[in-house]
Amino acid sequence: MEVVERQGDYLTMSVGPQHPGSGHMRLIVTVDGDIIVKVKPDPGYVHRGAEKMCEVRTYIQNIPHLERPVIIDSCGILFAYVLAAEELIGVQPPPRAQYIRIIMAELNRIISHMYWLSIYGIFMGHSTMFMWPMGDRELFIDLAASIGGTRVTFSYFIPGGVRNDIPPGFKEKALKTFDYFVKRLKEYEKIYFNNPLVLKRTQGVGVFKREDAISLGVTGPNLRASGVASDTRKDEPYSMYDTIDFDIPTYREGDSYSRAWVRLEEMRESMKIIRQAIDKMEAGPVKQPMRGQIKGKVGEAFARTEAARGTMFYHIVSDGGKFPYRVKISVPSFRNLIAMSHLLEGNRLADMPVIYWGLDYWPVEADR
Amino acid sequence: MVSSGSAISVFAGKVNDLLGTIVEQSVKEPIRYIVNWGRLYALWPVHLETACCSVEFGAASGPRFDLERFGMLEAFGSLRQCDLLVVQGTVTRKMAPRLQWVYEQMPEPKWVIAMGACAISGGLYIDSYNVIQGIDKIIPTDVFIPGCPPRPETLIQGIIELQNKIRRSRVRS
Amino acid sequence: MSESNSVEKRILESLKSKFGESILEDGWEGALAPKRIKTFASREKIVEVAQAIKELGFDQVISQGGTDYPKDDIFKVNYHLIAVDNEELKPIILSLATKLPRNDPKMSTLTNVWRSAEFHEQETFENFGIFFEGHPRMERLLLPEDWDDIPPLRKEFTLPGR
Repeated sequence: MEVVERQGDYLTMSVGPQHPGSGHMRLIVTVDGDIIVKVKPDPGYVHRGAEKMCEVRTYIQNIPHLERPVIIDSCGILFAYVLAAEELIGVQPPPRAQYIRIIMAELNRIISHMYWLSIYGIFMGHSTMFMWPMGDRELFIDLAASIGGTRVTFSYFIPGGVRNDIPPGFKEKALKTFDYFVKRLKEYEKIYFNNPLVLKRTQGVGVFKREDAISLGVTGPNLRASGVASDTRKDEPYSMYDTIDFDIPTYREGDSYSRAWVRLEEMRESMKIIRQAIDKMEAGPVKQPMRGQIKGKVGEAFARTEAARGTMFYHIVSDGGKFPYRVKISVPSFRNLIAMSHLLEGNRLADMPVIYWGLDYWPVEADR
Repeated sequence: MVSSGSAISVFAGKVNDLLGTIVEQSVKEPIRYIVNWGRLYALWPVHLETACCSVEFGAASGPRFDLERFGMLEAFGSLRQCDLLVVQGTVTRKMAPRLQWVYEQMPEPKWVIAMGACAISGGLYIDSYNVIQGIDKIIPTDVFIPGCPPRPETLIQGIIELQNKIRRSRVRS
Repeated sequence: MSESNSVEKRILESLKSKFGESILEDGWEGALAPKRIKTFASREKIVEVAQAIKELGFDQVISQGGTDYPKDDIFKVNYHLIAVDNEELKPIILSLATKLPRNDPKMSTLTNVWRSAEFHEQETFENFGIFFEGHPRMERLLLPEDWDDIPPLRKEFTLPGR
């Protein structure tokens, strides 16, 4: 932390972009003693100009760089892109591909939430909470890697389907992992969620009122922790989510503790979704063959999906050429950023790490 | 008389110098070895994340890959105690001056690892308007780890390469 | 129009009764699709229209962005709106567009209607140079502090090597 300005009793300092938590993000914080008076977020340290790059790449070439902003949830950010691109190109993925997409998206949701949980441990100074989820996360990375080929960046979704079929024996391997992980989640509850230290640090800290959460435009688990049952998978079912039975975990308290609970419950629901998707899947092709230069029809398309951090939204404008004319990516982290100053003001400086990471703000995604 | 006395003292001085050199030469190598050995297995990385490779860096510190086995400690603490800067991914124009400041604030000796294609050459973002095409333009870099992002195994290999480099390096007296 | 998008139709009709044909950019057909409504407002009227849309129940800005059309000499600004707290409107995305001349890219901010538009408008400001009058913090957000080029998402800004 570096002191920027001293004015009377107030002290303005800069937290980041090099700080002991998660980096590439700066908050300019004004404190009165220990109480935070004002917070000004300063994002943009990872702004790589993805939207401009989209305009000089074809619909297929755009896939690898579009998933880099959230490599822990790479299928989550691509899902909305392929849905919007499919609308413009005019292809329809076969049903098997739609189920495989659900499987991958939900695996990525678990991977992302596990990463979040382990870094939450670091923010609270709880080393075991870093080690356990980080270790269990590798099991899900193995599952996803057996489908997608690499550890985190799969480039797996393409307009018209998915790149390849799931390997034989995936079902057994997945069910074995889930059976282990369901037991493990109970241990997490015991050791972290009912831990008096964690309770003290998170309960009642950074409370988000329902009305504020809606008016500020907060999305995803943060919104659901404030009592709004809003989930794109239910609201506007895309792919095959309407054939699958699952719940949306919602909490009313709106504090950091319930935000953690929402994510824990979501991991359970994700496993439930994958089990059903594996059962419902029927044999068949996994991609719609496309020949020649892929061009989008003149017009615009927008699509939204539920990624790990909230609603992912793409708005693609096409002029009929092989490149998209304009791609607007609206990412959940960017929309959650506005909540940061709202929640931090009035709290103690020591609560800052918990509130900051409790929002699951991923700077690379927000900056694009 | 006087000249012979001075000749003796000159001679004694020369012998002394020679002895000193012999002693220095014979001790230098072990000292170099010991100093380098001490630095080798206690690398403290700065906690500076520049982009998305930090995910794989985190995974490498996790239980499956366990970087600490190789003498790479946790990314904690102040950068004034650190001797290794792992540049985890893309460096943008906004981050570049900060990266330089962080590097300049670290005490000697210090090493830099460029992790990922973006840190090496811009990678996927080769034609972006806001990305520095390779961090070796800003700060001296010791080891380049390819990959987008590099697997934790590749990161471990890069760290072992850096340790080999430290093992060979000269120690200033 | 089928039964399935009766809600969309009702919303569009209520907006049309208030503001007339100007709410439709490319006719009735282009404005309505399943779960999608496309509306248009001139920049003088956009705050009024936005207020009416909010009263219908759309409570969040999910995205706001511009598009540059140098051929027609305009910027198009799109607001995409969703309703998170209204069961009937939940599946719908409403797009509210406006056109600004390229030599005078100014419009009044919609942050007073939806607070969630704040950062989106800031981003559009630095990416296109569109000025939002009345915005609480019309300053740089993502680009580096020393950026002195033209706004990067304008079409005349070209990437190196492309």
